[in-house]
Amino acid sequence: MIQTFAFYLFAVLLIASAVLVIMARNPVHSVLWLILAFFNAAGLMVLVGAEFIAMLLVIVYVGAVAVLFLFVVMMLDIDYAELRAGFIKNFPLGLAIAAILLAELVLGLGAYRAGAFELGTPSGAAAPVLDRSNIESLGAVLYRDYLFLFEAAGLVLLVAMVGAIVLTHRQRPDGARGQQNITKQVRRNPDEATVMKQPEIGKGVEL
Amino acid sequence: MIGIEHYLVVSAILFVIGVLGIFLNRKNIIVILMAIELILLSVNINLVAFSAYLTDMIGQVFAMFVLTVASGEAAIGLAILVIYFRSRGTIAVDDADRLKG
Repeated sequence: MIQTFAFYLFAVLLIASAVLVIMARNPVHSVLWLILAFFNAAGLMVLVGAEFIAMLLVIVYVGAVAVLFLFVVMMLDIDYAELRAGFIKNFPLGLAIAAILLAELVLGLGAYRAGAFELGTPSGAAAPVLDRSNIESLGAVLYRDYLFLFEAAGLVLLVAMVGAIVLTHRQRPDGARGQQNITKQVRRNPDEATVMKQPEIGKGVEL
Repeated sequence: MIGIEHYLVVSAILFVIGVLGIFLNRKNIIVILMAIELILLSVNINLVAFSAYLTDMIGQVFAMFVLTVASGEAAIGLAILVIYFRSRGTIAVDDADRLKG
């Protein structure tokens, strides 16, 4: 009973906040609704016993991606009202396409309920380990069968990080304030960088 | 009783909301990126639901990979957005025609 209630609570909140993400006038509000949507999706995942993915969703999406969105939205000085100009104009077309897409998905789901194709059953090799927690079962599969894919995922993240830094890094012109001169930094020695002063009592140091 | 169908319906609705968001906010690329995140979230819910339904952990492994790619995509997308804003002073993507594409 409590499970059913929790499911409907999470599902309704998830869909409502997703609608508000795309409808909100202010993108900052959109990001905040997106965070609520992620939390509710994590709740849905906890209900089926996928705790690790749920926690990952909270940590990675809410902790990193949503905050990144928030940073960018607040950093850019943009007139968002102007960007909403085509909102009403695109509404009928968007709604029509969304309706068609939803009808197709419901049709597929109806066909699935009427009797699914038998495309084979899981071999059981990746079944959850009995008496073990979700994360232990996941780790067993991930590090045994999908080790190279796991490392490739790490590579994807590395490339994304390097790409983001390369894209946004701005080379300052020579001599500009904030320009880093590595040779100058390395050649610096204590004798010319520091001075000893013996100030009189009650008077400051003049540099 | 909650079955796999309930999860699939929620995920389908979420996916459609994401697609609708791309159509409605054609100019505002920030909201487009958020709509893409919603679509990937619906895919993740689908994968996890089927993983629980089939008692097979591979669905959750895939959900992890989807999450990895989604966060990489968000980082790169926002970086491109920042440099686009730097050079144009706006993020209206419907007049992004510098490449004459």
